[in-house]
Amino acid sequence: MEPRVAVLRIEGTNCEDETVRALRECGAFAEAIHLKQLYSDMIKESEKRRLKDYTGIVFPGGFSAGDYVRAGAIFSARVKSVLRKDIEEFIRSEFPVLGICNGFQILVEIGALPGMDEDKPISDRPEMVLAINNSNKFECRLSILKHENKGKCIFTRKVKDIVVLPVAHAEGKVVFPAGMEELYIERLVENDQIVFRYVNDKGEYAGYPWNPNGSIYNIAGICNATGNVFGLMPHPERVLYNWHHFDYPHENGEYGDGKSVFESMVEYIKNMR
Amino acid sequence: MIADVYIELKEGVADPEGESTKKALKLLGFDNVKSVSSIKVFRIELSAESREKAEEEIKQMCEKLLANPVIQRYRINWIS
Repeated sequence: MEPRVAVLRIEGTNCEDETVRALRECGAFAEAIHLKQLYSDMIKESEKRRLKDYTGIVFPGGFSAGDYVRAGAIFSARVKSVLRKDIEEFIRSEFPVLGICNGFQILVEIGALPGMDEDKPISDRPEMVLAINNSNKFECRLSILKHENKGKCIFTRKVKDIVVLPVAHAEGKVVFPAGMEELYIERLVENDQIVFRYVNDKGEYAGYPWNPNGSIYNIAGICNATGNVFGLMPHPERVLYNWHHFDYPHENGEYGDGKSVFESMVEYIKNMR
Repeated sequence: MIADVYIELKEGVADPEGESTKKALKLLGFDNVKSVSSIKVFRIELSAESREKAEEEIKQMCEKLLANPVIQRYRINWIS
């Protein structure tokens, strides 16, 4: 299929341009569109869009709706009110949906992640939360991530074992319902839904500051049970080029560690029938 | 009708905002502070046939937007 990706924004989203750039660099058609373009009657004909014209969606980073109520809560409430069925159908049709940082928060609030029930891509209520960092600070720096997915997550099939991606968030701590944490982790591991975990410079699981927010099990990113919905707190689009890395030249070649996420996504769509 | 809807963290959930506020208060010399919890309040004015119906509606609001049930609970304080 032709990779046609919508990068959805509302007021306060601020990583859509980098995300579009990254997708285009990987050979996809990509455009940033306002959520309203998908449903409002007040939009010019030439700017109207339909979800079914796309083969991929990204919820980019930023501070949608000013992080009011909770990060991602308002964006997700708007999606749920006007596009819930469409998004559900989109996920069910195995099209990829990516959420980066604020986008991850939105997917969690919508109920698309952790998404452990294959038959119900969007749960009625949120099953987890990205809570305020233990440090109570906005954590803005590098994070080292161990890629632990065994192949289910379609977004990381081309990703190396260890990548360095920046984080920038105040609400990124993965929390599951009290008393059920072990059960959730067990099921996520069993389903191969764990994608990225924070590690130290030796590649070992470590606490703060390596784990910037206090996430349980050092979780930085997870996918749903079918592998086509992926959310992560770090920003792959911010290290698209090699020279984005603080330790330039981070590696040989033109590109940085973040590109492989978008590459995997685009290749997956190209291989869809 | 006007309701104050309090969104609080469930018992046992870490409250970094409250904790660091407590730390700052101690630094300022308020040694008597034992604990600080962060609570968010939304004042909502709404029209409804009865208080019961209004409460039912607020419950829906909390479930759909105002609170994340994984870590938060809510309570209502009627202002008028």
